[in-house]
Amino acid sequence: MNYSLQLMMALPELVLAIGAVLLLLVAAWGGAQSTKLVSWTAIAVLVGAGIALAGPASAGGEAFGGLYRPDMFAAFAKALIFLAAGVSILIAPRFFQQTSGDDLRPEYPVLILLSAVGMGMMVSAGDLMSLYVGLELQSLSAYILASFMRRDTRSAEAGLKYFVLGALASGILLYGISLVYGFSGTTLFSGIADAYASGDQKIGLLFGLVFVFSGLAFKMSAVPFHMWTPDVYEGAPTPVTAFFASAPKVAAIALATRVAIDAMGPAIADWRQIVIFASLASILFGSIAAIRQENIKRLLAYSSIANVGFALVGLAAGGEAGVSSVLYYVAIYVVMTLGSFLVVLQMRDHEGRPVETISSLAGMSRTRPGLAVALAIFMFSLAGIPPLLGFFSKLQVFLAAVHAGLYVFAAVAAAASTIGAYYYLRIVKVMYFDEPAPAFGGRTDPVEGALLAVAAVVISPLGWPLLGYLEVWTGAAAKALF
Amino acid sequence: MSGFPILTVMLAVPAFAAVACLFVNAQSARWLALAATFVDLALGILLWANFQTGDGAAQWQFVEHVRLFGIGGAEFAWALGIDGFALLLIVLSVFLMPICIGASWRSIEKRVPEYMAAFLATEVLMIGTFAAQDLMLFYVFFEGGLIPMFLIIGIWGGANRIYASYKFFLYTLLGSLLMLIAILYMILTTGTTSIPALMAHDFPPHVQTWLWLAFFASFAVKMPMWPVHTWLPDAHVQAPTAGSVILAGVLLKLGGYGFLRFSLPMFPEASAQFIWLVFALSAVAVIYTSLVALVQSDMKKLIAYSSVAHMAIVTFGLFAFNAQGVEGAMMVMLGHGVVSGALFLCVGVIYDRLHTREIDRYGGLAINMPRYAVLFLLFTMASVGLPGTSNFIGEFLSLAGLYQVSTLYALLGTTGIILGAAYMLYLYRRVAFGDLTKDDVKAMPDLDLREFVMLGALAAVTLWMGVYPESFMKPMRGDVQKLVARLERAAPAGDSAPTVGKPAPAAAEHGEHAAAPAAHAPKGAPAEASAHGEAH
Repeated sequence: MNYSLQLMMALPELVLAIGAVLLLLVAAWGGAQSTKLVSWTAIAVLVGAGIALAGPASAGGEAFGGLYRPDMFAAFAKALIFLAAGVSILIAPRFFQQTSGDDLRPEYPVLILLSAVGMGMMVSAGDLMSLYVGLELQSLSAYILASFMRRDTRSAEAGLKYFVLGALASGILLYGISLVYGFSGTTLFSGIADAYASGDQKIGLLFGLVFVFSGLAFKMSAVPFHMWTPDVYEGAPTPVTAFFASAPKVAAIALATRVAIDAMGPAIADWRQIVIFASLASILFGSIAAIRQENIKRLLAYSSIANVGFALVGLAAGGEAGVSSVLYYVAIYVVMTLGSFLVVLQMRDHEGRPVETISSLAGMSRTRPGLAVALAIFMFSLAGIPPLLGFFSKLQVFLAAVHAGLYVFAAVAAAASTIGAYYYLRIVKVMYFDEPAPAFGGRTDPVEGALLAVAAVVISPLGWPLLGYLEVWTGAAAKALF
Repeated sequence: MSGFPILTVMLAVPAFAAVACLFVNAQSARWLALAATFVDLALGILLWANFQTGDGAAQWQFVEHVRLFGIGGAEFAWALGIDGFALLLIVLSVFLMPICIGASWRSIEKRVPEYMAAFLATEVLMIGTFAAQDLMLFYVFFEGGLIPMFLIIGIWGGANRIYASYKFFLYTLLGSLLMLIAILYMILTTGTTSIPALMAHDFPPHVQTWLWLAFFASFAVKMPMWPVHTWLPDAHVQAPTAGSVILAGVLLKLGGYGFLRFSLPMFPEASAQFIWLVFALSAVAVIYTSLVALVQSDMKKLIAYSSVAHMAIVTFGLFAFNAQGVEGAMMVMLGHGVVSGALFLCVGVIYDRLHTREIDRYGGLAINMPRYAVLFLLFTMASVGLPGTSNFIGEFLSLAGLYQVSTLYALLGTTGIILGAAYMLYLYRRVAFGDLTKDDVKAMPDLDLREFVMLGALAAVTLWMGVYPESFMKPMRGDVQKLVARLERAAPAGDSAPTVGKPAPAAAEHGEHAAAPAAHAPKGAPAEASAHGEAH
């Protein structure tokens, strides 16, 4: 295969990488004044990368000797990742204006772009090495983003915590990778799959599998490797939290899916136990721990843990139906979670400082009815109540689980989602039932308002027509893995 | 009615009105909501008038089908269509809605546009639930109804409204989620989401057992059956008057409708297998909750418990597996919808004047509110099941059906009705009779025109159902026959069928017929077989 075609297959990452490097130079010489220019150019770069997905980058096959897989599965995940990354850049300026002196700097969009390159590599990885490189590129950018408000101790703490625990996770993952490599003799997913299928070296490979899944669970923030999530989500600047809760989550879940199916597919009986445990533990822990939260960002952090649990229901099911349900779930989850964080961004007191307590939402249905309706839509949707789209995404993963014959698992997960409904309802209760707290100050930025409206409409029953397309795309994406 | 999508229009009118309500002021929202519900009432009457009955009429009428999108191999379709059961329940819903809006006209003062929007949304979801012919669409409407009701109880309810709204929401959600898993299984194994197709599909009996239990988890909570009825008194007491009316009038019917539409025709063997469970729970409910109702000091709570008891009569009738039982259950549902709605309105009328639901705070209302007392008496008698009122027809038929299956449970069920007379008459005595001693009660004015029209309409329908029930039986007769035919293979043997006695051989008196005893023998065998069930 000629080299230029291989480069074309990796075009989205190339566009992003070159764009990021050039913008870094602009930022280095242009200073803080160039923020606006760099931000909008970064959006353009993301759009360009998104367009590049349409070509050989989604046509299937493999590039660079199997290191890189430009298939529909990767393309679907990348489309979501680029979307989330773009939104994270768009919502940043307004937030940083109002923090204590830490203006938005042009490095912010650059870091998001670099992170997007890493995530693109992750979801396209066909080899443990490209997997790890992509993962680290994404993580390193994310550590810096978490501590982007340098003078804010919470932000610095979040960055440090994320870094230390992330490094630990990388270590665990690397250990697993080395075991798998040691016992299978290859880092290529296809070779690893053969090793698992042959049944030789079973114990060693099994240990490798456990460690690899532990490392991936960390990146997905699935229980029992979730403990960094609430602190990091709370401390990081809100646009960064929105980013963390969406794009890297998609990348990590897609990566785990690819590793599980492509590399370790023959060992499904082994990893299914791990995934079922992680799934139920995430749903239960995420839901129960969220009940007592007073900070909306922490609550959404626990909600994201529970949501990973539901996505893992689809992964545990395995098979084409399972994979497509995972993608279906994360696609809708990304819209819901970005929408929720867009509402959190509107929570400011009269001097424009961000507030994060749930009690400050009290009576918002009277002070800001539009915003309250939007958040109520997201909350009911996250709780999985029809006719909102969050219901259909849960439906897909349960359907996959039932299809795979995991009836008890599906029933327990479904019953556990009642616990989740409790804390989502609490937000609605605070907004609609309680006496109004002081109204939020400031007006909604037009860009943020438009994004919020789009997200709310997509999640409402008006978004039903989109589900037909989503079904087709996720089906095509899942086919690429089999 | 070829081509005109009347069911979709019935859903669209309140849906658009609900959105529009959010953008207008309080008074316009009231009028808009009233207009929308009247349009739906008119459409409902049109639906009834055009519904074909008798031989040759299609089981499913006004059918619409538009494919929306795929769900894991099966498809999610905008499939609507009604049979007689659905028709009657839709008509009940659209009839109660304008009354609910009227009941909220003055008593709801804060956040009126949102209130009206929530009510109209409830109407959409209720009609949708009854009209859905796609299993997923049914679930969407069935569950979606939780959202507006949660808001209605939580925002406009009484003091303990938040607890009640949570309890209502989470209880019903938990039950429904188990049903969802069963629904998914059914869709995956049959490859169709069409309710009519599934109603004719025979699942293997051991699978039916699990599916039946999952559906039961949902419908038993919605119904509500003892012991998962506890959300109902809380929700009723805290909900605003119109919320209680719609909750008792229509939302409780979702459980019965579910049994009728899903559990019985889709899982006949499993239904037969669990008759003992349904009967036992119903028997406990009808006696226990009646006794609980007897000691209530809160009027709404009393009527709420009476609802649980009435719903137990419905389940008795449904699981009798015969035409009388099913017809009776439907009539109880319709009658209870009208009468309990009316009783909640009666409570609302005096609550609006005195702002308490304590029974002891009233007394002697017959003296200063004669018109109110008469109507209240009518509804009390209807609730008791006095002949000539709607509930009599239903209760009589249900129990007649039940008697064919089990004399014991028929006895227990009838005991509940006697207790029902006790608590309702006791309530009426304490509220309407006695001396008019309290000054604030003395100052209460009689019904105004708005209240009189609302209660009068309900009273007219109550009497209509009681005096000429044929209007309501006719649309469902064909469907009842089809259901009973479907259930026949699993129908339990009754213990009350007339049995042939065992006369002493008559040969002695009629010596000329020497072969007579031998001729009698084959006749005796079936008599013994049918007498078998009686040995309890």
